[in-house]
Amino acid sequence: MMYNILIQLRQELVLTVLIFLLLFIKLGKDRSNESILNFINAALFINLGAGFCCHETGELFNGMFNTNALIVFEKNLLNLAVLLISMQSYAWLKNSKHLIEFYLLILTSLLGMFFMISSGNLLMFYLGLEMSTIPLAAAANFDLTKRKSSEAAMKLILSSAFSSAILLMGISFLYGTTGTLTFSILTAHLNGNPLQLFAFILLISGFAFKISAVPFHLWTADVYEGSPVAVTSFLAVISKGAVLFTMVNLLYKVFTPIASTWYLVLVVLAAATILIGNLFAIRQDNFKRFLAFSSIAQVGFILIGISGSSQIGSASLIYFILIYIFSNLAAFGVVSVVSALTGKENISDFKGFYKTNPMLSWVLTIALFSLAGVPPTAGFFGKLFLMMAGAAKGNYGLITFAALNMVISFYYYLRVVKAIFMEEHATPIEKLQVPTVSKLAMYICVVGMIVTGLASVVYDYIYSISIGL
Amino acid sequence: MNLTLLILLPLLTAVLILLAKGLQQIRVIGLTGAIAQLGLAGWFLKSFLAERTSGNNAAHLFESNQTWFKALNINYHIGIDGISLAMILLTSVIVVAGILVSWTMDKLSKEYFFLLVLLSMGAYGFFISLDLFTLFFFLEVAVIPKFLLIGIWGSGDKTKSAMKLALMLMAGSALVMVGLFGIYYNTHTFDIVQITAQGIPVGVQKFFFPFAFVGFGIFAALFPFHTWVPDGHASAPTAASMFLAGISMKLGGYGCLRIAALMPDAAHAYAWIIILLATIAIIYGAFATMMQTDLKYINAYSSISHCGFVILGIGMLNKTSINGAVIQMVSHGLMTALFFAAIGMIYSRTHTRMVAQLGGLLKAMPFISTVFVIAGLCSLGLPGFSGFVAEMTVFMGSWQNPEGAYRLATVLSGASIVVTAVYILRATGRAIMGPISNEHALLADSTWNEKLAAVLLIVGILIIGLAPFLINHLIMPSTDAIMLQMGKVNLYK
Repeated sequence: MMYNILIQLRQELVLTVLIFLLLFIKLGKDRSNESILNFINAALFINLGAGFCCHETGELFNGMFNTNALIVFEKNLLNLAVLLISMQSYAWLKNSKHLIEFYLLILTSLLGMFFMISSGNLLMFYLGLEMSTIPLAAAANFDLTKRKSSEAAMKLILSSAFSSAILLMGISFLYGTTGTLTFSILTAHLNGNPLQLFAFILLISGFAFKISAVPFHLWTADVYEGSPVAVTSFLAVISKGAVLFTMVNLLYKVFTPIASTWYLVLVVLAAATILIGNLFAIRQDNFKRFLAFSSIAQVGFILIGISGSSQIGSASLIYFILIYIFSNLAAFGVVSVVSALTGKENISDFKGFYKTNPMLSWVLTIALFSLAGVPPTAGFFGKLFLMMAGAAKGNYGLITFAALNMVISFYYYLRVVKAIFMEEHATPIEKLQVPTVSKLAMYICVVGMIVTGLASVVYDYIYSISIGL
Repeated sequence: MNLTLLILLPLLTAVLILLAKGLQQIRVIGLTGAIAQLGLAGWFLKSFLAERTSGNNAAHLFESNQTWFKALNINYHIGIDGISLAMILLTSVIVVAGILVSWTMDKLSKEYFFLLVLLSMGAYGFFISLDLFTLFFFLEVAVIPKFLLIGIWGSGDKTKSAMKLALMLMAGSALVMVGLFGIYYNTHTFDIVQITAQGIPVGVQKFFFPFAFVGFGIFAALFPFHTWVPDGHASAPTAASMFLAGISMKLGGYGCLRIAALMPDAAHAYAWIIILLATIAIIYGAFATMMQTDLKYINAYSSISHCGFVILGIGMLNKTSINGAVIQMVSHGLMTALFFAAIGMIYSRTHTRMVAQLGGLLKAMPFISTVFVIAGLCSLGLPGFSGFVAEMTVFMGSWQNPEGAYRLATVLSGASIVVTAVYILRATGRAIMGPISNEHALLADSTWNEKLAAVLLIVGILIIGLAPFLINHLIMPSTDAIMLQMGKVNLYK
C-alpha cells in the first residue's frame, strides 16, 4: 500500500519535496541568485524526468485520486512547461530579491493542478482548483513596484473568487440532485432534469472563467498585461492547460448522459470565443494583451476540437496543448527577454527588430506562425486536427466559420511579423545579450514546434492513451 | 528512384544556404541546387517516358505510400502522372531562371534565397502528392515565403500587397480545408487514388465542390477572387513575381483540375458557373490590362486573363479542353516568368516601369528588348510560341460543347485575343520602339546570368510552340485517365 502511494503520487511527492527544499534554502544562508536558479532549473528537470518512470493505473483514497498513463502524460506536459518558463525567466529573476517566493508560489499552484487533474471527486477537484488559483493571484502581484501588477492581482483574485462561487453552486446543485460527488457514481444519476442542466451550466461557466472563454474572458487581458511575463505565460499556458485537461475528463467520462446538451454549449462558447478573441486581438499594441486575446481565440479552437466528442477530439486537445506550450512559450520567451532587458512590451517597439536581433526574430516568427497554424510548424497540425475532430459531428457551418476566423487570426499574427521584418524604427531595440539558459529554452521550443508536428509518433502516442466518448 | 528527392533536394539546398557565408557562396549554392533540381526533373521525365514506352500504364508512376498519422488515416502517398510531371518540369525551369535573375540580390541575400528555395519545395511537394492532406500541407507551405518575399524585398506599397496576398491565399486554403474535411468524413480517407476508386456520393460532391474549387480558384486568380494578383505581382521582387505567376498560380489550377476529377458530378453540375466566371475573367482581365501604364501591372492583369483560359479549359470538361488547360498552365508559367524577367531587367536599369517614361530601348539594350518582344508575342498567341498552342487547344476543346451558351463563351474568350494584341503591341511599341531618351541611351545590355535565364525560358516556350506533340505525348494519357475516371468521357462528343 505504501509502495503504491509512492508510485502513484510520485509527481506530487517530488514537487512537494522540492517546495520544502526551497523553503529551507530560503531560511538558510544567502546564496547568489544564479546558483539558486541553476539549482532550481536542475531540480525542475529532475522533476520532469520523474514523471516518465514507472507508469501505473490506479486510484487512491477511495477514488479521490486517480492516475493512469494519460494523466501522467498531462502532468508531464505541465512540468515541461514550468521548466521552460523557469528557464526563460532567468534574465528577469536574476535580479529579483524574492525569486524563491516566486517559485514557491508557482510550484504550489502546479501541485494544486496535479491534484485537480487526478481528482475523482468534485470536492477534490475543487480543492485542487483553489490551491492552484490562490498562489497565482499572489504571483501576479510579483512586480511589487508596479501599480498595474497589483491591479492585475486584484482582478485575478476577484474574478477567480466569483467563478469559484459559481462553480461551487453548480457542484452543490449536482450534489443535491444526484446525492454524490464521486465521478464514477455521478454518471449513473445524471438524467438531464432541469436542475441538473442548470447545475451543469453553472459548472461549465466556472470552467469557462478559468479558460477565459467568451463571455467570461473580461479579466484576461488586464491580468495578462499587468502580471510579470513569467506569470502571464504560466496563466496562459499551464493554468489553461490544466483546466482543459480536467474539463475534457469530466465531459467525456462523467457528463456523458447529457452529451447533446454540452455539445450545444460548447459550440456556442467556441464560436463566440473565436470571434471575440480575434476581433480584440487585432486592435492590441501591448504584446501581452495581444497574446492574451490571441490565446482566447486559441481556446475557441480547442473547444471546437472537444465538441467533436471523439477520441480524436481529446487526443487533438492534448496534442494541441503540447504544441501550444512550445509556441506560446517561445513567443512569451522572446517578449520576456526583451521586457526584462529593455522594459519594452509593445508591438510597435518590435519594428526593425530583425536588423538587430535576427535570432530572436526568427524564434518569435516561427512561434507566431505556429500559433497561426502555418505549416511546416506543429501549430498547423494541432489546429487542423482540432478542426477535423470538430468536423466529425458534421457541423460544417461551425467549421467554415472557424476556418474563416483562422484567416483573421492570420492577419494579426502577420502584423507582428510585418513589424519585425518590414518596418523601420527610429530607435530599434538594440542587440540583446540573451542568457544561455533562456536561449536553450527557446531552442527547445523551436525544435518542439518543428518536430512535434512532422513526427507523427507524438500524435500516435497521445491517441493511444486518450479517451473517447 | 524516389520522388521524395524532389523535396529533400530543395531542403538540403535551403539548409546549405543558411550555413553559407557571403553573397557569392549563397548564390552559387542556390544555383547549383536549382540546376540539380532541373536535372532531377529531367531524369524523372526520362524514366517516366521509358516506363510508358515499356508498357507500364499505371495511372501514377514512382508511387510510394507511407503511413503518416496512423490514427487519422493520413498517409504520405506520392506519385506522378504526366500532368504532375509537366508541372514539376515547369517549376524546375522557373527556379533556375528565378535564381539567375536574382544573381545580384545583396539585401539580406541569405534569407532571400532561402525563401525562394523553400517556395519551390512547397511546389514540388504539392505536385507529387497523392494524398489530399499532404497536398494541402504543401499548398500552405508555399504561402509564407511569398508573404515575406514581397513584404521585405518588394517595391511600392509592398506591405499592403504582401498582406493582401497572404490573407486571400489563406482564405483560399481555409475553404480548401473545409472541402477536404467534407471529402474525408464521407470517404474516410484523404487518399486521392482510393477516393477516385470508391467515388463520392453526389450530394456530398455538390455541397463540398464549391468550397474546394473556389479555394483552389483563389490561388488561380478565379474571378472575382483575383484581386490579390495585380498588387502581389507588381510589388514582388522580380524572382518572386516569376515564382508567383509561374509556380504559385499553377498550384491553384492544378488543384482545381484534381478537384474536378475527384468530384465529376459536381463539376458537371456547376460547369456553367465555372465557365461564366472564367469568361468574365478573360474579358475583364484583358480590358483591365488595356488601362494599365505600369509594365508589371500590364503583365499581372494579363495573367488574370490568361489564367482564365486554364479555368475555362477545366470548366468545359472534355479531353481536349483539359489538355489545353494543362498546356496553358505550362505555357503561361514560362511566358509570364519571361515577361517578368524582362521587366525586372528593364527596371533595374531605368528605375521606372511606366510605359510613358520608356522608349526606344531596343537601341540601348537589344537583347533585353528582344526578350520582351518574344514574351509579348507569346502572350498574344503568335503561332510558333507556346501561347498559340495552348489557347488554340482550349478553344478547340470548348468548341466541342455544342450548346449556344458554351459557344458564346468560347467566341467571347476568343475575341479577347484581339484586346491582348492591342495592349501588348502598344506597350511594345512605346517602350521598345521609337526614340530613346538621352538618359536611357547609355544603359548596358543584359549580363550573362540574365541572358542564361531568358534563353532557358525561351527554349521552353519554343519547344511547346514548335513541337506541341512532345508535351501532348506527355500529358495526353493522363488526361485520358482523368476523363475515364470522370466516367463521362463521351458526354460532349
